[in-house]
This record gives sequence, structure tokens and C-alpha cells, in this order.
Amino acid sequence: MIVGEKGIRKHLWIAVFLLPSLIGLGLFKLLPILCSMVLTLFRWDLLTPPQFVFMQNFNNLIADEVFWSSLAHTLYYIAGYVPMVIVVGLALALVMNQRLKGVVIFRTAYFIPVVSSWAAVALLWKWIFNPRFGLLNYILGLIGIYGPSWIFDPLWAMPAIIITSVWKDLGFIMTLFLAGLQGIPEIYYDAASIDGAGSVRKFFAVTVPLLSPTTFFALTISLIHSFQVFDQVWIMTQGGPAGATAVLVEQIYKNATAYNRMGYASALSWVLFLLVFSVTGLQMIIQRKWVHYD
Amino acid sequence: MKTRKMVLLLVLPLLLFPFYLGAAGQREKGKEGEAKAAEIVFFNFSAAPVAGHQEDMKKLVDIFEEQNRGIDVKLETAPFSEYFTKLQTLIAGGLAPDVFELNYENFVNYASKGVLLDMSSLADSDSTFTSDIFYPRAYNAFNYKGMQLGLPESFSTVVLFYNKDLFDQAGVGYPKEDWTWEEAIVAAKKITNREKGIWGLNSGIQFWEFYKKVAQNGGSLFNEEKTEVTIDAPENVEALEMMVSLVKEHGVMPSEAERGGVPDEELFKSGKLAMYVSGIWMFDVFKALPFSWDIQVEPGMKRKATHFFANAVSIFAATRHRDAAWKWARFLTSSPEMAKIRIETGWELPALTNKEYLKGYLEKSPPQNRDVVFKSLEYAIVPPVIERQNEMQDIINQAIEHVSLGKLSPKEALAQADAKVEKLLK
Repeated sequence: MIVGEKGIRKHLWIAVFLLPSLIGLGLFKLLPILCSMVLTLFRWDLLTPPQFVFMQNFNNLIADEVFWSSLAHTLYYIAGYVPMVIVVGLALALVMNQRLKGVVIFRTAYFIPVVSSWAAVALLWKWIFNPRFGLLNYILGLIGIYGPSWIFDPLWAMPAIIITSVWKDLGFIMTLFLAGLQGIPEIYYDAASIDGAGSVRKFFAVTVPLLSPTTFFALTISLIHSFQVFDQVWIMTQGGPAGATAVLVEQIYKNATAYNRMGYASALSWVLFLLVFSVTGLQMIIQRKWVHYD
Repeated sequence: MKTRKMVLLLVLPLLLFPFYLGAAGQREKGKEGEAKAAEIVFFNFSAAPVAGHQEDMKKLVDIFEEQNRGIDVKLETAPFSEYFTKLQTLIAGGLAPDVFELNYENFVNYASKGVLLDMSSLADSDSTFTSDIFYPRAYNAFNYKGMQLGLPESFSTVVLFYNKDLFDQAGVGYPKEDWTWEEAIVAAKKITNREKGIWGLNSGIQFWEFYKKVAQNGGSLFNEEKTEVTIDAPENVEALEMMVSLVKEHGVMPSEAERGGVPDEELFKSGKLAMYVSGIWMFDVFKALPFSWDIQVEPGMKRKATHFFANAVSIFAATRHRDAAWKWARFLTSSPEMAKIRIETGWELPALTNKEYLKGYLEKSPPQNRDVVFKSLEYAIVPPVIERQNEMQDIINQAIEHVSLGKLSPKEALAQADAKVEKLLK
């Protein structure tokens, strides 16, 4: 039918076929997003009608020390997670890019955590980090180190969550880099060899610049992703101990479901959106300086 | 021509949409017309599958519907952890259940928002109803500013569980009713054996235990009218000091790290814990332990204070079936059939004073000393409740956590919590 149609008719037909998914998208994504935008200007406890308070939610947010500390914890998480997942992911991709026996099995093994559910992964690591019965402190004990209390210690809880997250997302980043590495033509390396470059020189002069579009993509994705850190925190520590792992999304969740502050939670969500949006925008600008597309 | 057909295709499902709703409505109406039934929805957590009593609740509904032809009770259930989020969403979405369960802390919140029906007039006009059958403490707990906004459905108390075998092995006398924590600590020290991983005592270091220990030490978190915060009062600091001293100074209770995430009840079940403060809902769980155990009234400080948890049945203020809702609420909280089923199945206790109902309960064992359940009622206190309850609890819990981690002294932590909670009252 579409083939024979022209102009507006054709577009209408397309709309008809898109309708089912458009209804879903509109009803369950766009509408809530718009509602939350309106709600930022209201105080609403779900039980009584919303009250218009204009900018009050944002003023409260600026004065709320819990918001600032959860922002700081989120940034701490990002500062640990993003560099680690990129560097280790790249290193792993370099190893997995070799022509080794059984490399496919390893690649698959590293990808399994990516497709596992966060609930399962978080529970597994909660056990690994258990100070008394966990695997990690047992292994540390074998080499004579008395391990910390990990998720029960405010100092070590965030590192524990960072390690867990890196472990889970490593396979994804590795796969991105593998694809990038395989896209670099062999001739560049050959040319570099002829010019007398060693393997270190080749890595920094050929691999790193030619891989930069992949690096940029991996960086952007993991940065956006890490601003939204929640599942692992909620399952492993619930923001504890003593609030040491309270992150932004956890605050949104708590304010909406436990504190009955829908307006405030909406304001938090939009602040988070603006943060992610501006950081990504900034990256888009900076990338011109270091990403090579040829 | 084709365009018209296409537009029709686009718009038709939308046009039909109201009919879907209509059809659903029609079905209900038809049913109502046939049996002249009032269908009331009862939303609850106490019969959630995890609680293991959904069959018992169905039995109650059958008995009620048998006695009240024309009323149809529809059960909807959610586990406690999700219950209040769902209830709020249902009310916000205009789909409020006619009758629903509330625990005491949430009751105050819902009552202050005006979403609960005042049952006073319904109770007055019902000649077969009298409030004398309830424990006054339980009945009055659901009176808010002179309005009866809920009927007490069930209650439970918190007591001291103890492992008799561990006491015997250490040659220590069993806990007595008039014990203070000092005496409990002395006994716990004799029983604690770190090499074998045996601990003398466990009493949670969190909000719930804190407000109770505060009451035991003669303090309180707020003034009577809940207008002033008194969280950092000296009595309260003392109470918190006592709580953390169990771990730090006396070493009779495991710290979070030492326990490694093993819950209290698992420690007790595995015979590694001599004394343990918990609710009477654990009786069923502990019924077949390989050691003998019993219960005693929880030790006190300057005075005794014990937890009292009550669930209420409330009616939605804007329900269309007031009378049917009242009949169900009354049946569910005060009928002999309900009392019988609750006690037989080890569900929570009905808040009724009639000792007849309790006969079977008191004869059961373990624990032998079941009188303690009711003795504890004499010292019962209700939790401090403010409008922004969950935030207050989180603030206090975090302060307590800072103390047990050794980051702050009890005095500093409570002073900080005091200042933060003060902001919540405004």
C-alpha cells in the first residue's frame, strides 16, 4: 500500500504502523516526563491535591545538604568508575584481540556479567565483600592481609560498589574497543614498523588516535550511565553505611516513594537531567580537540 | 476515498476506547443488578503470600459473605514492603480501595491527610457494636483528634527471647521479669564465648530500639504536642550510650561486621545467641528449634517500656459503600470467627480483651511463659510519629549508625539529628 502512495498519505500510513509503539512511548515515557516537569513546581504528597509552590522545590534543593552530599558521592563514584572501566576495558580488549587459543570462550565469559541482571550481580558481590564469610577477605587473608569491612565500612563501601560496577560493565566496554581495534587497518602498523616504531610507540601513535572515536563513545556512554547509578547501591548498601553511598538517584527514589515528596523528587530528576545534559554537551565540544575520525 | 478509510483506521481504536471501559463497567453493573451486591475492595498486607495467611483471609471472607448476603468482598494484597507505595498510588489515581489496613505509624500520616472515614457515627448507630471489647490502648491508638479513623485489627508485642540451654551451660539463672539491662549484661558476659562464636545478647541498634530505650530511661524524642524536638536530651544520650556499650564496652553483642550480615533470628536459631529482643510473631518460626527457649518481659532502664505494634482497618473517606465497608471492618476486627482463626493459625493476636479467645493460645508451647505477651502490654508505648516520619527515621538511623561506627559520640550524633529533625517540623 505504501509503495503506491505519495505525500501526506504515505506519512499517514507510516503513522498507522508506528501507532502501537508511539502510544507506548507517549503513555509510559513522554507523558511521565512532561508530568514530572510540571510537578517540579508543585508540592504533592500523593494523598492530597498538589499545591503550587513555584520554585520552592529548587530552593529547598540548594539548601539541602543531603542533596549536595549525594551529588558528591555520585561524583566520587564517577571519578572511580569511569577511568577504571575505560582503562581496564581497553587493556582487556587488547589482550582479547590477540590470536589466542580459546579467545572466544574468554570473550563470552567477560560478556556474561553484562547480560546478567543487576540484582543477581549485586547479591553475588555482596557475598564476596562480606567481611566474615566473603571470598575477597578470605583470599586477602591467605596472603596475610586483614581485609576491611567493605560494605559495612563508610570508607570502603563506595570502592566496593565501584569495583562491582566495573566488573559488570567491563565486558561491554571491552566489546566496544574490540570492534574499534578490529577496524584499524593492519597497514598502519606495518608502516609504523618500517619507520622503526616499537610496540609501545605503535600503541600510542597508531592505536590510541585511531581508536579515539570508540574511546569517545565509550566515555560518553559510561559517564551518562554512571550518573544514574542506583541498582547496585540499593541492593548492596541502600545508601549506607551512615549515608556513605547515598547517590542522586537513590535520593530521587527515596523522596518519591518513602518521603512522599513527588515534587521534590521531580525537581531532583530534572537537576540530574540538566547535569547529564551539560556534561555530555561539554564532551561534545571537547571531543573536537582529541577525537580523530579518519 | 482511501484517505477516509485510513483516518477511520487510525481513529477507530481510539473511538472504541470508551466502550472498553464502558464494557468493563457494564459487567460490574450487571452483577450488582443481579444480586444487589455492594462490592467492596479490601486492600491488605497481612494476608500477602509471604505472610502465609492468604487462605485464612479467604476463609474469613467466605464466612463474612455467608453472614452478609449482598456484600461482595474483593481481596487485594501486597507485601508490606510495597504496600504503602501501592496504597498511595491507588489513592492518588482515584482507585482507592474501600477498606484497607494501616499500621500505626502510617495511620497518623493518612489520618492527618483526611483520607480516612470517621467511623464514630457508624459505630454509634450500630446497636450490636461496642468499643469495650477492644483493648482500650489499641482502640484509642486509632482515635485521631476525636475521630475514630480505624478499628484495631491485631496487635503484637516485643519480648526478650532466651536460649535456656546456653544459660544452663554457663550456669546462669534465667532472666527475671524485673531485670534491668545491667543485670542482662552481667548474665550476657558470662555466656559470651567469642571462640565458639556465642554471643550473650542482641538488641538492635536502630530507630525502633532507640525510641524504646529512650522511654525506658524516662526520655522522649519530642514533647507531648510534637512541636519541639528533644532528641539530644541527656536521658536520650544515656540510652544510646547503653545501646552501643553492648557491642563496644561489654562485647556481648556482635557488631555489623562481626555478624557479617547474618540476621538476628538466624543467630538465635543456630543456637549462637543467648538473649534476643524480638516480636511475638517469631513464635511460629522458632516452634521446632533443637534447644529449649522461653520468653521474658524485656529488661528496662529506669523503668520498663515495651514495643506495641498494632494494625488497623480503616475505611476510605469517599467510599461509595459506607455500610458494607463498616460491616466488613467490624467483622474483621471483632468477630469471634476472626479471633478463632487468627489464634488457631498463629496469625497476629486480635486486639480483643475476651480471655475466652486466648485460652488455646496460652496453652500452646513453646514458649511456656506466654503470659509475658500480655504482661508486656502493661508497659507498651507507641512509636513517636510526625508527618515526615520516614525522613525522621532515616535521620535518626544515620546518627545511630555514625555512633556504632565510632565516627561520632552519642552526644554529637544526637545533637546533629536534633537539628535536622527540627527542620522537618516546620
